[in-house]
Amino acid sequence: MTTSTVIPKHVEEVLSTHRRGFLKSAGLLVVSFATGGGALVTEAAAQNSGATQPAGPYPDPDFHQLDSWIVIHENNTATFYVGKTDLGQGTGTGFRQLMSDELDIAFDQTTCIMGRTDITVNQGGSGGSSAMERDSWPMRRAAAEARRVLLEMASSRLGAPVDQLAVSNAVITVKADPSKRVTYGQLIAAKKFNVTLTGSNVNAVTGVAKVKPVQELKYTGQPLQRDDIPAKVDGSQKWAVDVKLPGMVHARNVKPPFACAKLTGIDESPVRNLPGFIKVVSKGNYVAVVCEREEQAIRAARELKTTWEKPATAAFPASDDLFQYMRAAPPTSASDPIVVGDPDAAFSAASKVIEAEYEVPFQGHTAIAGAHATADPSNGQITIYSNDMKAYGMRTGVAEFLGMPREKVRVIWMQGPQCFGRTAADDAGFEAAWIAREIGRPVRMQWMRHEETAWDTKGPAFLVKVRGGLDAGGHLVAYEYNARSCDHNHVGYNEPDTVLIAQLMGSKRAKPNKGSSETPSEVYAIPHRRMTGDVVSLPLVWETPLRTGNLRDPNGPQSTFAAESFIDELAAAAKTDPLEFRMKILTAATTDDGGFRRARSIAVLKAAAEAYGWDSRPSPKPLGKGNILTGRGIAYTFRGQTVVAQIAEVEVNRQTGHVWAKRMVCAHDCGLIVNPESLRRTLECATLHGLSRAIHEEVRFDTQKVTSVDWVSHPTLRHADVPERIDLVLVNGDPNPNRPDLRPYGAGEAALKPMLAAIANAIYDATGVRIRRVPFRDARVLAALKAASV
Amino acid sequence: MSNITLKVNGSTHTLDLEPATPLLYILRNDIGLQGPRFGCGLGQCGACTVIINGAAVRSCILPVSAVKGEITTLEGLSSNGRLHPVQQAWIDEQVPQCGFCQNGQIMTAKAMLDKIPHPTDAQIRESMNATLCRCMTYYRIQAAIKRAAQAMAQVRPASGKETGA
Repeated sequence: MTTSTVIPKHVEEVLSTHRRGFLKSAGLLVVSFATGGGALVTEAAAQNSGATQPAGPYPDPDFHQLDSWIVIHENNTATFYVGKTDLGQGTGTGFRQLMSDELDIAFDQTTCIMGRTDITVNQGGSGGSSAMERDSWPMRRAAAEARRVLLEMASSRLGAPVDQLAVSNAVITVKADPSKRVTYGQLIAAKKFNVTLTGSNVNAVTGVAKVKPVQELKYTGQPLQRDDIPAKVDGSQKWAVDVKLPGMVHARNVKPPFACAKLTGIDESPVRNLPGFIKVVSKGNYVAVVCEREEQAIRAARELKTTWEKPATAAFPASDDLFQYMRAAPPTSASDPIVVGDPDAAFSAASKVIEAEYEVPFQGHTAIAGAHATADPSNGQITIYSNDMKAYGMRTGVAEFLGMPREKVRVIWMQGPQCFGRTAADDAGFEAAWIAREIGRPVRMQWMRHEETAWDTKGPAFLVKVRGGLDAGGHLVAYEYNARSCDHNHVGYNEPDTVLIAQLMGSKRAKPNKGSSETPSEVYAIPHRRMTGDVVSLPLVWETPLRTGNLRDPNGPQSTFAAESFIDELAAAAKTDPLEFRMKILTAATTDDGGFRRARSIAVLKAAAEAYGWDSRPSPKPLGKGNILTGRGIAYTFRGQTVVAQIAEVEVNRQTGHVWAKRMVCAHDCGLIVNPESLRRTLECATLHGLSRAIHEEVRFDTQKVTSVDWVSHPTLRHADVPERIDLVLVNGDPNPNRPDLRPYGAGEAALKPMLAAIANAIYDATGVRIRRVPFRDARVLAALKAASV
Repeated sequence: MSNITLKVNGSTHTLDLEPATPLLYILRNDIGLQGPRFGCGLGQCGACTVIINGAAVRSCILPVSAVKGEITTLEGLSSNGRLHPVQQAWIDEQVPQCGFCQNGQIMTAKAMLDKIPHPTDAQIRESMNATLCRCMTYYRIQAAIKRAAQAMAQVRPASGKETGA
């Protein structure tokens, strides 16, 4: 690999641009303004406002150069360049807090630019709740190194040793004589650091300086307001959907009407004379229309006549038959069993053995808006404006897809609708780029509602069998877990051969991604257990709307639904309070891991119970008499090192089957808290996302196509479903909460993970009816109540 | 095509348009606004909401020829550089995650509060129920609406005196 790496040209331009005083605010702005009769002109990049777009090529910013991470301006402000994207959880503000602390500069004198492949180092974008846990470290170390280098420069300038200097808000003074001072801006502005960092990869990047102990961090831990919110509220935010380029045209896809369909004909005659019609573009089974205006493209896509041939066999079973199918399907892959003790012997010796089977259907991302991107083919390069959370992967994927050198492709990340993994397989960016090159004009691609709901990537369906053995004292002595995940051919991150356009154009890997089937995430001390995870495949896995991909904690909600529902079933069988039952198997061991997950699991469960006001009693509670039955349920899990417990209090309407989570309590421990306000919002929203998946969300399909296509056929959580109260407890259960090296762990996804089980357990507590199939829509719950004569 | 005159956020625009074009595309692509956004094109989610004659209207399904009255978009809510109390409440409560739907949430809430200055929880839930958020910021939205209602109530008597109303 000889890809050149450089200090980004744009960073150099920032230096010169800044000298000219052009830089008003950092962060990418695509500035659209109306001219004359409504034509729109756009200029990309605030760094280049007043200049034309750089023509490329766009070599990789060199993460070993300090200048790639931090630019300090003459006015003593700093711009941080990081290879991440902020999907609305406030990570960008958090990075600024950490880097401001390490650099010793006032937070409000900093800005952060994210996710532009030409000017920010490749940290991969977003995913896996890794922003603070992994990716903030090279940022902190780079900022600490910049501070160290500036102190050395000041030492020469002021004629005093470094240890006799003090730094505050980017001003360095001589301790003994504070009148001797110099600002960071005076030391470095318009110059480069020219400091080479070490580290074998971007995550390991470091200078000589050490990061500060937690106790010396000033902004970290403060509930600072998120810097992206004002523009999202006053209408000034420029989103990826807002990009407008001279000569830009609009494209819309014409999707196959059913899975695995073969295109047999295109009749352009209905659209050829439509106003604004430019072209039908097609290759293999991929078809799109291009028009001058957006509404024209929408109409042309609707009116174009295409004919298709159905596959010889059904692509998949109907959603009502899915679990029956999964039960019988031979696994396409299986994990090595995790075995502790002698489970077979323990089951034989158990006084009571219970077993249960749990079903979680395919669930979609169903983002609030469809996939979209704008691609500009000017100057023989491709620039893609996209909300792709993994902008760097898209750049590499598109370059390969188009057969172009990476240096000729760049992706500019901009704000967009909720991602949660969807834009890691970002079809629209590939489509816009391909069409733009086909027609030689900038192209804006946007998926319509029915496309996005039906054809986005899906979280895999899970069928989980669990068995448990209790001894005569009601102790859990044997445990067996087997999950079957319908995840064969799981779509990866912006892979040029698996994105939908590539599939439709005929790309089929000889060896599809085998997918995954996660086992539960808990630290229960169960003396004998066996856990396995198998993957099964749908009959046809290419060119199908049931493509699985990463959906916010890809396997977590499914595996935890089964595992934590079953723990409650065991507790009920042992006639023990479900919290107490969990505590017993958490405290049965005394050893812990390096992250103190066992101690912290105990702490979050206690914290949740205390905040809720949990009274110890077995579930279910005695059946109530009125129409509204109330109950409470608890579930706990971890994701990585982040530990979370959720308690739900639900009302179940006996007449309608309607479930309302009236109150939620979430206790959460993600180590070092960078911004408690952002964290609380993230937890609230993840909790409600979990609630939505518990009570509403399911992808429905017949044997040919997905029939969930809009907000009527695919219900989601609404305002009326929201709990009247959500209590959050930010726990720091580390045995040494004041340790100077306390690490931040991921917080983006964990709170969602136990939600399906927490709601199921609460429904059981209220009604005595165990529902083992997600979602708990009114009809399903009502049928279960009636079947149990409740 | 025909000449159509629209008044948007205090400015008048006369444009040569296909009358059946949904208002959303005109606002975004001809007038250059980005507050209203395409979410579903079916009037189901609310991301495209604008206010016309005091009512929150879904611009993705409203033909431009059917517009009767001045259009206010998210960009038009602030006055004299001051955010509308609903917008301020959204910042104070740190409501948005991705923020894509918040145009609809804010515009729908604003229209509701103009009609129901002191909404009950049930009225908030009912009035907002067809405005969707997939980041699930609903809990904070409801808190922000209550905050905004209080702020607007404090402002109201003073402005009433000024205008003699």
